[in-house]
Amino acid sequence: MSEASSRIDEIVKKNEVVLFMKGTTLFPQCGFSSRAVAILDHLGVQFETVDVLQDPEIRQGIKEYSDWPTIPQLYVKGEFVGGSDIMMEMFESGELQQLVGADASSE
Amino acid sequence: MPMAADEIERLIREAIPDAQVTITDLAGDGDHYAARVFSPAFAGLSRIQQHQRVYRALGGRVGGELHALQLETGASEGDGM
Repeated sequence: MSEASSRIDEIVKKNEVVLFMKGTTLFPQCGFSSRAVAILDHLGVQFETVDVLQDPEIRQGIKEYSDWPTIPQLYVKGEFVGGSDIMMEMFESGELQQLVGADASSE
Repeated sequence: MPMAADEIERLIREAIPDAQVTITDLAGDGDHYAARVFSPAFAGLSRIQQHQRVYRALGGRVGGELHALQLETGASEGDGM
């Protein structure tokens, strides 16, 4: 495993819900990252973010780690869930709420 | 670098021959597209695997040459929802 991969692996395993994104929750640098943050905010779930723009090694490494070419990328309980389109589909179907254990009554 | 919608459609059809493909240029700038791809070949694959098939069809252009491709996939129309 490359150094970037082991760093990513550690982040993914240490945080129950973690979003690799461009920018920060307050200042997302891309519409797709912004949408991903909005979905998680709406769920009211605690999540960590990693700004890939601040770390070229992670920015490249995350694409290889998940065999997925784009950012954002959501990981829950150590598993890659998908990008913002999959997040939106799963949000609409209620699967994402279940996966992160969000309290449905908080919506 | 912008990419033509019919080129995206051609590449997807080439890799997934029986796919129904609809491309929409979201911003009108040739750089932000949405694609709906439905194929019986997707049956039994997870969403991640379905999207990976489309990304592979585009040969590494997504995330590079093509800034982003909003994707909706499924084995048949309406199946992805």
